[in-house]
Amino acid sequence: MLQRTIGPLVFALAALFASLAQAFDLTEIAPGVFAHQGQTALMSRDNFGDIANLGAIVGETAIAVIDTGGSRAEGEAFVAALQQRSAKPIRYIVNTHVHPDHIFGNIAFRGTGAVFVGHKNLPRALAVRGPHYLASFRETMGALVDEVVLIPPSLTVESETTLDLGGRKIVLKAWRTAHSDADLTVLDLQSGTLFAGDLLFLRHVPIVDGSLLGFLAVVDELRAIPAVRVVPGHGPAVAPWPQALDAQKAYLDHLTRDLRADIAKGATLAESVKTAGRREEPNWLLFEDYHTRNATAGFAELEWEAP
Amino acid sequence: MRAWTASLQARHRLDRSEREGARSLRRPAATAVAALFLLAGAALAEEPKIDPWPGLVADIFHDRAIKTHEGVVTLDAPKRAEDAAIVPMTISLLEPGLRAATLVIDENPMPMAAAFSFGEGAGVQKIETRVRVNSYTNVHVVGETADGALHSVVKFVKASGGCSAPAIKDQDEAAANLGKMKFREFTTANPARREAQIMIRHPNSSGMQMDPITRAYIPAHYVDKIEVRQGDALIFSMEGGISLSEDPSFRFVYAPNGAKTIRVEAHDNRGGVFKGEWPIGGAS
Ligand SMILES: [Zn+2]
Repeated sequence: MLQRTIGPLVFALAALFASLAQAFDLTEIAPGVFAHQGQTALMSRDNFGDIANLGAIVGETAIAVIDTGGSRAEGEAFVAALQQRSAKPIRYIVNTHVHPDHIFGNIAFRGTGAVFVGHKNLPRALAVRGPHYLASFRETMGALVDEVVLIPPSLTVESETTLDLGGRKIVLKAWRTAHSDADLTVLDLQSGTLFAGDLLFLRHVPIVDGSLLGFLAVVDELRAIPAVRVVPGHGPAVAPWPQALDAQKAYLDHLTRDLRADIAKGATLAESVKTAGRREEPNWLLFEDYHTRNATAGFAELEWEAP
Repeated sequence: MRAWTASLQARHRLDRSEREGARSLRRPAATAVAALFLLAGAALAEEPKIDPWPGLVADIFHDRAIKTHEGVVTLDAPKRAEDAAIVPMTISLLEPGLRAATLVIDENPMPMAAAFSFGEGAGVQKIETRVRVNSYTNVHVVGETADGALHSVVKFVKASGGCSAPAIKDQDEAAANLGKMKFREFTTANPARREAQIMIRHPNSSGMQMDPITRAYIPAHYVDKIEVRQGDALIFSMEGGISLSEDPSFRFVYAPNGAKTIRVEAHDNRGGVFKGEWPIGGAS
């Protein structure tokens, strides 16, 4: 009975697995520019951590990958899908910041010989947070976490670095503390495509894990980037630039204004986080998962401004 | 569900079901077939955890008897640690003349977050601070009454989800502003009580971190003692550790004694001393 049940299943699943590369969606959003759209969800065993948008830029001689996904399995599916699109070597793996949904897939790219690139603070952020992430994601990711090896960048960006992919230059810019303390963006000059990492959220509620005021300031600075389209860290794979910034800017503005008003009134942190920025709820997905956290961190930050 | 995750999931379930099947060969076939469709997570059932509390009672309270009830102290804690690095904890002191209250985050690497001692006649009724919460944990507050008896309350706090970590938000800024202090006052309904807040810029970081650039072990750096006085009279003192959030904050309700200023002296484990003095009631 058991044998007869498993036999055909093995066969069917082997066939399914073979088609993994095609199944991992990777859309060419501009000539030589690819984007993968993650699910708007929390990382789990069921989605293999596939919740962040990923990308790749193909030059004449080399490929740069932007973020690697939330598990080794996702990273491997990404590699396979990329290799179907181009036979060129993967030369750079750019990590936009330290969060697990963007870097847990790094290990799948180690065999490519590519250089890992990140913000100057990324090695430190990995050292400080990495062990906690490996422990805390066991609950939702289970054994998938066993396959993850954290790989720090060997090339770090102090302020701005240009990489040449062969007739195609991409500009990496390191930002001050905003979404996190290691945010890096990638601009493909040829197509005008900006990979914003988690400096841009669409539909998925923004997450403040660095500085609320820093994030607000960086949103304004981002606007000056001469791009025509953007790949946000979460949300649709591609969006028009710079209008894509507007919803996030409104969210951060509302939250900041409410927190400042509460702090001026003498509210406690526990009181304020119940109401501050709540009017933004209808505009976002996963609001309950992250909003109170944003308000908490924002309150502790803004309290220092109060008279 | 996307095709690629669906196919991978099916593969993982099969891996599992093969293991399950092998173990259940002698069981009725129906069990083995049912095992085939177990979700990937089902077999990763939580291992039984050891409650650290009895060990903490020995370490922190030297195995003294502790009564468990809400009559002496209460604790307000969120059900979930939304931001793992900043979880507000409010201790209410119900019995006048309480000598001490100790806040313990049972599952943290350094569970004793803050041990408060109260000045005689300081009339402290409430104290709010913020802690780091590394994982699912019980949080205890143990109050010591004037007769030396211990009384505890406990709250369970779920760990934060997602990419939240009990880490410093901006390490460079923390270093740049080290030791800056802030004093705030709040209006209270009861004229016999005042409410105030002391904040200190400090990374309050653990020593378990490695800076990969310098290859150096980053030594622990945290506020280990604070004294808050009105004039010369102690309102409260605190001995703490790395479970307190960065930029430690204490908001408290106390009975004014007529003193003109609030004086704060904080020490950290590397010998740093930080002092501040502010007029009470905005008086000059
Ligand atoms: Zn992120």
